[in-house]
Amino acid sequence: MASPATALKVEKVAVHFGGLVALSDMNFTVGEGEIVSLIGPNGAGKTTAFNVVTGFLHPTRGAVSYRGTALNGLKPHQIADLGLARTFQRTSVFPNDTVYDNLLIGLHRQGRVNLLEAILGLPRAGSSERRLRERASELIEWVGLERRAHDLAGSLSYGEQRLVGVALALAAEPTMLLLDEPVSGMNASETHTFVQLVRGIRDRGVTILLVEHDMPMVMSVSDRIVVLNYGRIIAEGPPEVIRNDPAVIEAYLGQGAARA
Amino acid sequence: MKSGIAILTVVALASVPMWLRDPYLMNALITTGIFIIGAMSLNLLLGFTGQLSLGHIAFFGIGAYVSALTSLGFDVGLPFGIRIIHTPWPPIAGFVLAIIVAGLCGYLVGLLSFRVRGAYFVIVTISFAEVVRLVALNWVELTQGPLALTNIPSMTVGLPGLGDLTLRTKLQNYYLVLAVAVVTYLLISRLVRSHFGRAMRGLMENETLAVSVGIDVTKTLTLAAVISAGIAGAAGSLYAHYIRIIDPEVFAFINTVTMVIMVITGGKGSLAGPVVGGMIFGLLPVFLRPIMAPEAQWIAYGGVLIAILFVLPRGIVPSLAQRFAKRPIRTEKPAPVAFERDAKEHA
Repeated sequence: MASPATALKVEKVAVHFGGLVALSDMNFTVGEGEIVSLIGPNGAGKTTAFNVVTGFLHPTRGAVSYRGTALNGLKPHQIADLGLARTFQRTSVFPNDTVYDNLLIGLHRQGRVNLLEAILGLPRAGSSERRLRERASELIEWVGLERRAHDLAGSLSYGEQRLVGVALALAAEPTMLLLDEPVSGMNASETHTFVQLVRGIRDRGVTILLVEHDMPMVMSVSDRIVVLNYGRIIAEGPPEVIRNDPAVIEAYLGQGAARA
Repeated sequence: MKSGIAILTVVALASVPMWLRDPYLMNALITTGIFIIGAMSLNLLLGFTGQLSLGHIAFFGIGAYVSALTSLGFDVGLPFGIRIIHTPWPPIAGFVLAIIVAGLCGYLVGLLSFRVRGAYFVIVTISFAEVVRLVALNWVELTQGPLALTNIPSMTVGLPGLGDLTLRTKLQNYYLVLAVAVVTYLLISRLVRSHFGRAMRGLMENETLAVSVGIDVTKTLTLAAVISAGIAGAAGSLYAHYIRIIDPEVFAFINTVTMVIMVITGGKGSLAGPVVGGMIFGLLPVFLRPIMAPEAQWIAYGGVLIAILFVLPRGIVPSLAQRFAKRPIRTEKPAPVAFERDAKEHA
């Protein structure tokens, strides 16, 4: 397989919290249209890596770039403007709004009408509003939440809230989507549907970086897997290689199992 | 249905001067109306962005002073031998300037405090109001200090084909305040339903997520502060030209507290909330005055406030709306998610 053009590039990134080294010297790339998973035991630095890429944390050393643009020092909303969108582990919705209104908030970047036009109710504001509403309905349909569209997002199950989170991220029309443990709290059939959704998103040309604990899910959906442990990358490659990598087995199952 | 109630309310309020002749009550209604405009502007910040401005009266007072000084004229010396002499302009110019200057002050306060928010914004706004009060008190050459600015001209509005109309009577001022209040209400309702309103709501509900969908926190909050301060400035201008005398007491902390109470009892985050809360706490003194000493009245306000919030904890309008709606409009149940932790989490 010819390697695709590089979308995301993480170079020599280190993150220290005071004396704690959360990440030391991390290097990896994600190609355009790839699904790459970042895995590792608890505390391995997955979420830290994720937060660095999305601008919620600034690295102590090193550089992150997306399609050639350095992300260092950019604010999260500026990174979103570059086409990177993310979901969150827990805080994935605006709980006091309906799913539909959640999407309208998420479509913020698309509503390029100025405030005066909106207040005066000019025709341009009206047609822009109609487009946003159509788009919100489309996104809800895409993630399969039509039946919950007019329920409060806070009243949905965890699995459904995750889907709202994905729809919100897609609302920004990203070219790359970063998913932070999207299937935790989902049952097997929800997870299966979610894998289909992730593939569908990739097929529309969106590059995907995934952080996940659920190994079967990761193995089935990823093109490539990056394994972290103690803030370092210990293995990288396609699922079939990672599955048999001794270092990975050791990190996940303990030394005894690795020797056995 | 909602707009039906709004139209009915406006019609009812517009008919009041036809059957109400008591000048004392008219006066109470006008000042209440002015305070309701102030409360609506406070609600834009407190109810729709969750930021509590405890110095909101500063913007109101700045509007009052700017408008009064614009229409009175002044002659003031500045350091380095500069003198500024301003000849009186028509009050309507003062009204416009009041909005602009108050809005500008809102911008500065927002810019200073919204990088950190929460308690810092509360402290910055309190300090700002106190500093402005001290300036008004001590810059005697400009503001007359405690001697007050007197003889402020009544508001003049230019009517097409009729020339200028000076609003001297209570009747005229009543309709002026009602008109400004209606415009303010419409402005805020349009605002909170626009994409900008959704950005504010998103920030209040889940800031981390809002940021990640591309909402610029500082810009959104600062813009809300500018609009809120501008409206408060407009209310201050109306106040100055109606009462026609202002002194630094206009900046008293109790005035901010009154507006906060109006917003909280009426229901923060609801459009009609400040109107309902404002009516109650604006008119309560009128009815309590014959039967209570002023000190006892203050205690009574506290009692009414506690009673309302005990029965309707989220304020009158949202609680009643929820009770009459088929399904709950907003659940008070905390969402089963932990906020603000993802970003700070150490993997």
